[in-house]
This record gives sequence, C-alpha cells and structure tokens, in this order.
Amino acid sequence: MTAKVITVASGKGGVGKTTTVANIAVALAARGQKVTCIDGDIGLRNLDVVLGLENRIVYDLVDVIEGRCRLRQAMIRDKRLSELYLIPAAQTRDKTAVSPSDMVRLCDELRTEVDWIIIDSPAGIERGFKNAVAAADRVLVMTNPEVSAVRDADRVIGLLEADGKGPASLIINRLNPTMVKRGDMLSVEDVLDLLAIDLIGIVPEDENVIVASNKGQPLALDDKSKAGQAFQHIARRLLGEKVPFQDFNTPNVFQRLLGRK
Amino acid sequence: MGETSSLIQIKGIRDGLLITLTGAAWPDLVKVFIENIENRSAFFQGGRVALDVGPQELRVADLSSLRDQLSERGVALWAVLSESTLTERTAQNLGLATRISKPRLVEVPQVAEPQPADAAKWVKGPLRSGGRIDYPGNVVVLGDVNSGAEIVAEGSVIVWGRLRGVVHAGAKGDENAVVCALDFAPTQLRIAGEIAVSPKKQGKSQPEVARLQDGHLTAEPWHELTGR
Repeated sequence: MTAKVITVASGKGGVGKTTTVANIAVALAARGQKVTCIDGDIGLRNLDVVLGLENRIVYDLVDVIEGRCRLRQAMIRDKRLSELYLIPAAQTRDKTAVSPSDMVRLCDELRTEVDWIIIDSPAGIERGFKNAVAAADRVLVMTNPEVSAVRDADRVIGLLEADGKGPASLIINRLNPTMVKRGDMLSVEDVLDLLAIDLIGIVPEDENVIVASNKGQPLALDDKSKAGQAFQHIARRLLGEKVPFQDFNTPNVFQRLLGRK
Repeated sequence: MGETSSLIQIKGIRDGLLITLTGAAWPDLVKVFIENIENRSAFFQGGRVALDVGPQELRVADLSSLRDQLSERGVALWAVLSESTLTERTAQNLGLATRISKPRLVEVPQVAEPQPADAAKWVKGPLRSGGRIDYPGNVVVLGDVNSGAEIVAEGSVIVWGRLRGVVHAGAKGDENAVVCALDFAPTQLRIAGEIAVSPKKQGKSQPEVARLQDGHLTAEPWHELTGR
C-alpha cells in the first residue's frame, strides 16, 4: 500500500478543519479504505474529541517522534470502523516539539500501512501549519463564505504555491443558501472567482454538525444529514469518482407556495 | 565613468573595462591610451581591459606591442573587438577574445540605477493575500491582485485583472506615476505622497486610471479618458 497524504488547512481558525478531517476520514473508512488521521494541532488537540476517542489516548504524535513508543502504539483504532485510526496530538507540548522533517519521516513510515493519511492542520501559517503540509501530497484548503476566511485561505494558497506544493483544492464549509439568496453571504461563485482554484466540496450549514461533534459521532455516517452527504461526496471525489455538486438553491415548500424561485 | 578625450572612451563592464579607441591613427591612439593609464595608474592598476578598435586594421606586431606596454603598467588585455576581420584574426592568433557578452546590458550605470521610465516587472497573477512586489520601476500584473496583497513600485502599476489589494505607485515621489486596472477597487491607493481609500463601488466595474491631479488622487474610467 502507498498512502496518499492529504492535509486540511485554512489559515483562519474555526472554519471547520477538524470536523472535516474527521468526517472525510470516516467516509473513506466506511468505503473500505484504510485511513489514519493525524492531529497536527499540538497543544490544542481536538480531533480525538470529534471522533469520540479521547478516553483511549495513551501515546501521542510527540511520543512517536521522540521515540517513546512505536508508531503502531500511538495509532488508536476507531470504535465503529476497524480500518480507521487516529494519531492524536500531544496536549502538554507545543508546535516546536515537531519539525517538518519529522512529519515527512513519520508519514513515510506510515505510507506502507494505510491507503490514506489525513492531517489536520492547526490555524495559522507558522510552524504548526508548516509541519502539517510538509508531507502532504495534496492540500485541501478550507474556507467559509465570509471575507476574512477567504482572505486567509488566499494567503494559505499563496504559501502553498510558493512552496511548490501543487494545486490545492477548495472546500467551502457552512454555506447558507438562504443568506446567499438574500445577498448577505458570499456565493460559491464569488469565492471561486477570488481564490481561482479547483473546488472539491461544498458543505451546507447544518446544526447537526455541532451536535455530532459534541457526541463524538461524525455526521458522515448519517445519510440523512445534508452536511454528512457533502462530506461523503468529498471522500468519493478523493477516490476519483465524478460526483456532481449538490444544488442547495432548490426552493423549499414555503417559497414554492409563494411562487418564488 | 565617462572620459572627456574624444579619442578614448572608458566604460565599466562586468568583466572589467571596455575601452573604445577611434578617430585617429593607431600610433596616436596608443599614445593617448598609455598616457591616460600613466596619469591614472591607481584606477587602471590590476585592471582587465577589453578594447574596441572599430574598423582599425591591426597586425600581430601592433597588438602584441600594446599588450606588452599594458602589462608593464599592470593592465591585462583580454579582448579586442573590431569590425575588421583582419584585426579579429590577429586578436585570435594572440589568444585574445573577440567577443564580450552583451556589453550594453552590463554597463555599470544601468545596473546601478534602473530607470523607472523604461523598466517594468512582469508578474503572473493572481497576486494573493500576503504577496508583496517591491520594485524600483513599473509593475505589470497579468491577473488579479487580491486584498491583502501589496505592490510598491517606484513607477506606475498596471493590473490586467481585478485590483483589490494595496498599491503604492511612485513610491520614491514620482508624481507622474499612474495606477490602472480592469476592475479598480484597491483597499488603499497611494501615489507618491498622496493616499486615498477607494469609495464604495456602485454599479458595474470598469477599467479605471488613477493619477495625481493638482495634488489630489483621482480615478477616472478609462473610456472617458480615451473618449471611446
């Protein structure tokens, strides 16, 4: 096996990187892929909570890098999907405990064991970000349809281009079609126009995302959730399938009754 | 590094000095040249010299005697440029170069101070947030300049795309610098010492040109300026 290393980055915090990593990993694993996700946010770990694995942590990323345990020992197996693993971040250390070359070494070791390595980048563009993208074959840049998040995504894309990291793909998270229609939110077209990179996913705003991450049960397992479906679509696109983008502009019953489009 | 004597011109090039000797008989030129060296031995001492002799036809004796005289004064002759094939062949027989690489491009005065009027930096866009172009001349961007990006140019700035970032044209005080863009909405605009924030746009975007008029920054639609 030779794993593909995918890093999810955004620049701005709070746009949904961790949720996305968890959901894409779950969606891939549900399709029979062997997946390891790595929490790159050393000192502020979250991915374990979103995946509902926090009480199983014994060793973490820094333990592997500093040689206190073997790689296998730090890989926590998911309770629902047997092909999904998490390497958690250390909570008591900071970003300087890991270097970009440590990440490349670690991923190279892991590559032979799994199909996908998905790395959750911390917010910012400093050491933690550099660690997270160092080993990446492909970077998914996340943004929300709001000006500040788009500007940070633009900065991240610029840094990746300067690094020769190849073309990044874009995920637009928390799209609210009603607000877009009112003209109160940037549309998908606005964002794409500005960032000028390929789109790989549009995730609509969905209250269930918060509920799910509090419970530690990723939404991608729930076929009824629109956001869950969007994450599954991203996973399928990563696997090379051509999945058309969902149209979130379908008028609801109320609007149809009023004769609006 | 000019030289007043009309018979001899001295220029600094990457590989030392380029001396042009024209307008008199060869013995006279050599005499002037040697005098020049003796008068300013500190300047020439240890130097490498290329000679441009124009159409002069020179034989081995002429060039080798000059080379000896130069080396006695601590100056090394390494190249002879000439329009005459005979002179070129002579130089080659003496093991001298007959070509120097693009002397015009490496003339010292040009390298030291690029002219804002003719130099332009070509930038392939989009110039993203955090990107910065700093250039002692004009800047041309093919693509968008996103907000969070910065261009500082001593000359003018042309953006073939949307301008959303910060632009400072005429950064060293050139009040004739202009800024133009296909879609003109910079976060902030500066020309020379003036600074302005672009007003909130209404209606369709259009190509505009910003310049200093009576000390005020003004932006006008391109079609109004050209009357089209």
